[in-house]
Amino acid sequence: MNASQSTTSSTKTPSTVRIKVKRQDRPDTDPYWQPFDVPFVANANIISCLQQIASKPVTADGRRVAPVAWDCNCLEEVCGACTMVINGVARQSCSTLLHELVSDGTGTTDEPIVLEPMSKFPVLRDLFVDRSRMFNNLKAIKGWVPIDGTTSLGSGPKEDQASQDMRYALSRCMTCGCCLEACPQFTFDNDFVGAQVIGQALYFNMHETGAELKDDRLEAMEAPGGIADCGNAQNCVKVCPKELPLTEAIASVGRQTTVHAIKSFFTGK
Amino acid sequence: MASEQPRVIVVGGGLAGLAAAVRIAEAGTPVDLFSMVPVKRSHSVCAQGGINAATEPVKQEGFSEWNHFDETLLGGDFINHQPPVYEMAYWAPKVIDLMDRMGVPFNRTAEGFLDRRYFGGSVFRRTHFAGASTGQQLLYALDEQTRRYEAAGKVNKYEFWEFLWPVLDEDGECKGIVAQDMRTMEVKAFRADAVVIATGGNGVVFGKTTMSVICTGAAAARCYQAGAWLGNPEMIQVHPTAIPGEDKCRLMSESARGEGGRVWVPAVKDESGEWKPHPDAGRHPNDIPEHERYYILEEAYPNYGPTPRHGNLVSRDVATRGIFFAVQKGFGVGGGRMAYLDITHLPADTKEKLAAILEIYEKFTGDDPRHVPMKIFPAVHYSMGGLYTVYESDYDQPKFLTDIVPPRETKESDPSKGPHPGMVNGSPWNMMTNIKGLYAFGEVNYQYHGATRLGANALLSCIFDGLYCGLSVVNYVKNVVTNHAADMAADVFNAAVADEQAKIDHLVQNQGEVNPYELHRHLGEVMTDACTVVRTEQGMIDALEQVRDIKEQYSRVRLTDTGLWTNQNLSFARALWDMILYAEAMLLAGIERKESRGCHYHLDYPDRDDASFLATAVTEYDPEADEHTVMWEDVPTPLVQPRIRSYGKKETDDEQGGKKKAAKKKAAKKVARKKSSKKKSTRRKKSSAR
Ligand SMILES: Cc1cc2nc3c(=O)[nH]c(=O)nc-3n(C[C@H](O)[C@H](O)[C@H](O)COP(=O)(O)OP(=O)(O)OC[C@H]3O[C@@H](n4cnc5c(N)ncnc54)[C@H](O)[C@@H]3O)c2cc1C
Ligand code: SF4
Ligand code: SF4
Ligand code: FES
Repeated sequence: MNASQSTTSSTKTPSTVRIKVKRQDRPDTDPYWQPFDVPFVANANIISCLQQIASKPVTADGRRVAPVAWDCNCLEEVCGACTMVINGVARQSCSTLLHELVSDGTGTTDEPIVLEPMSKFPVLRDLFVDRSRMFNNLKAIKGWVPIDGTTSLGSGPKEDQASQDMRYALSRCMTCGCCLEACPQFTFDNDFVGAQVIGQALYFNMHETGAELKDDRLEAMEAPGGIADCGNAQNCVKVCPKELPLTEAIASVGRQTTVHAIKSFFTGK
Repeated sequence: MASEQPRVIVVGGGLAGLAAAVRIAEAGTPVDLFSMVPVKRSHSVCAQGGINAATEPVKQEGFSEWNHFDETLLGGDFINHQPPVYEMAYWAPKVIDLMDRMGVPFNRTAEGFLDRRYFGGSVFRRTHFAGASTGQQLLYALDEQTRRYEAAGKVNKYEFWEFLWPVLDEDGECKGIVAQDMRTMEVKAFRADAVVIATGGNGVVFGKTTMSVICTGAAAARCYQAGAWLGNPEMIQVHPTAIPGEDKCRLMSESARGEGGRVWVPAVKDESGEWKPHPDAGRHPNDIPEHERYYILEEAYPNYGPTPRHGNLVSRDVATRGIFFAVQKGFGVGGGRMAYLDITHLPADTKEKLAAILEIYEKFTGDDPRHVPMKIFPAVHYSMGGLYTVYESDYDQPKFLTDIVPPRETKESDPSKGPHPGMVNGSPWNMMTNIKGLYAFGEVNYQYHGATRLGANALLSCIFDGLYCGLSVVNYVKNVVTNHAADMAADVFNAAVADEQAKIDHLVQNQGEVNPYELHRHLGEVMTDACTVVRTEQGMIDALEQVRDIKEQYSRVRLTDTGLWTNQNLSFARALWDMILYAEAMLLAGIERKESRGCHYHLDYPDRDDASFLATAVTEYDPEADEHTVMWEDVPTPLVQPRIRSYGKKETDDEQGGKKKAAKKKAAKKVARKKSSKKKSTRRKKSSAR
């Protein structure tokens, strides 16, 4: 169980697995790498490795260091907190299981698992990043249904199953940011909104009452950093853990925006 | 006159906290909203199955809000306070309508109306749902409304801020909080004329749970140490169907059974027709023939609900014991600890409605539950107990309530009608703790669910608290508060900050050898063994000893991180102390409740004892003496009289499936013991924690 007992043997079922973590002490300091060895447990996820490290923060070469900081909450891929770049791919660390990563399922410990913070957001510490940009963007597109108030005024609009299906799929976006990390157009410091917000714009535009703010949303989509900046690379849809219909969303909001732009041109609004 | 507009602090951005923030901001009172995680990542996202309400179609099927109310009491084994439950059940259809208007993508019928499913502890279809991720969709809808008020400048969010302590003035009224920025580690006081605690459950006290990692109960335990009482802390729900994992237990929602899923174990019938564990433990479930599948709950509860298979949906505590005892008798899959939850026989479109949970199962176990039965085991899931709260109603109040809620000046109800069976709408006292100005909403309070919460009632109670009692908070800050927080001198707040900073400094500098994570693991094991599905007096007494030992070791805790930037170790180690205190309160109340009721299944006292314990265990903590006191407050039953809770049980069997003799013997023992500990006369009993 001791984390400092590093093994570099190539036995078939590894007793420990090496994890290389890209660390950063503060937002304004330089990143550096540290290796850790943790016991290999089949079906364990990356988070349980990080928990091991938090409990005994000793590097593979036996140095006592500060524990690795990371973000998580639900541990079942629904809160969106625990995104990190694992072996080069942005994904949820709670639903990434060790045996998927250790080569051929039983594997060896020779190839370490590499954990990095997302690169498109400011690092707070280690694997913990600040994604407030995503939440702020939801504000910018007025991501809500403008109801009259919480008093009882009867039920909501009737909805057919097909529309519910689509809205349900879009409503599962957990603001994890995988799509943004993978997107070539979304960078650390530009103002492109990315697939997450495009998906949500469609979600609210599809709702009968939500559509009252459709024009405002489409104007936000026409602004710099809006949908025109999407290069249709489709990287987003490949990494989305909740399998949002992002391709459809981008196409659909693109069409809505074009119609809106033409309409505004003719009405002069 | 206030020099400034009153402000309200809401701590917690789950369903309860967000509903409160929206309701209070809507009434024009600014809200400061605190949460350890961005509110959209709160634990409420985990809720899967649905939310209950006897809406119009339910009524036309012959059921009503009254049935919902009554089933909630039955589930809670009758120690739920009735007026709040009544109000919640009758308000529920409004909650569904509102969430529908907010745009929650509830599942639809073919014609486009709201779909419903069956759920546990109920014989009628009254659970509304969005796939199998209802909590996520409900939370997002409230998150969106909150964002709307945030954009309008009426809600101010403090995300990644941890609540540390309530600030009380010299009259003991709550006037704000101390909180810490979890990134910069800054500690600061915030003023408010009322504070709403909506911080959720405490499952992490038990180590592995279906709850999220921040559900430690620490915020509630901090209020407890500051003088707030706890109600029924011993009432902890263990959900029958979860998948145990390395880091947590993942829930397989009751919706699986609501949609027709069945619980069974491999078995074989002997000559006398009795089920016996099957000798061949290694078979693949799909190779086990129908006649060697023992449907434990269906066989034990054949007379419950509309179909013979409805036994799968008995109240959670009952289902959990069914599975637990079957496994204990050797029926577990492969001789181990698990039972099967089987949905393989359901039609494809029904499986689709369960996709969210089936994906979780597949992701974490590698098996596809559409084709292979799931392997499940019970896990700690919900805290029925929590911060003690009061409310106002037309009925005579129970004893402690009268100490807190002032007598009503005018009865405003229509004299031509009798008393209103629910709460008094807008009363400033609804869901206030025993500390004036400190409210508790959602899972963190002890109301509504008694000794077992029914499935799909938690989401309802959380949103209901926020909406209905949000108005109470507004009325309190507008009409009751005289000494406004904004006008107070700074010293009370400064002193509170200094206290918290001192605790932090002490913890960071402590030079012990005890690892907080290992200590927590130990606490979780002790509590899971002693205070979950089956409890015994000796077990709980021994556990209390061990928890006291853990508390002693805590004084030697050493952090692995002593830095002053985003120190997660500090936050965890600090919460560990609070979890230890909460655990003590659970055990003490559990030891004193010498009966079995709902989830509190006490082997030494297997029967419910209404004469002595139709009551709330109210605990109070004295920090000077480090002592908990358990006080008993009778629960009035103005609307429904307690009745036997059978859930259509097979006549000749008891819950353990044929251990009647043992139970009888124990009952006899119980009578002898009870003479020496007759409760009613000594309603207030000190129980030292040292
Ligand atoms: C897996 C699972 C499935 C469930 N399914 C259902 C279901 O189908 N139907 C149903 O009715 N119920 C269900 N429940 C129960 C239900 O989800 C919860 O009871 C409910 O979501 C609790 O909501 P809440 O608002 O009280 O608290 P939470 O959602 O737990 O939110 C707590 C909030 O408090 C904040 N907080 C906590 N401590 C602090 C602190 N110290 N300082 C600052 N902020 C703090 C957190 O950041 C968070 O924002 C389920 C529960 C689980 C675990
Ligand atoms: S389609 Fe490509 S450019 Fe557009 S959002 Fe997705 S990844 Fe980015
Ligand atoms: S669209 Fe998918 S990848 Fe992007 S934030 Fe939402 S859930 Fe994550
Ligand atoms: S911890 Fe919630 S998504 Fe991973």
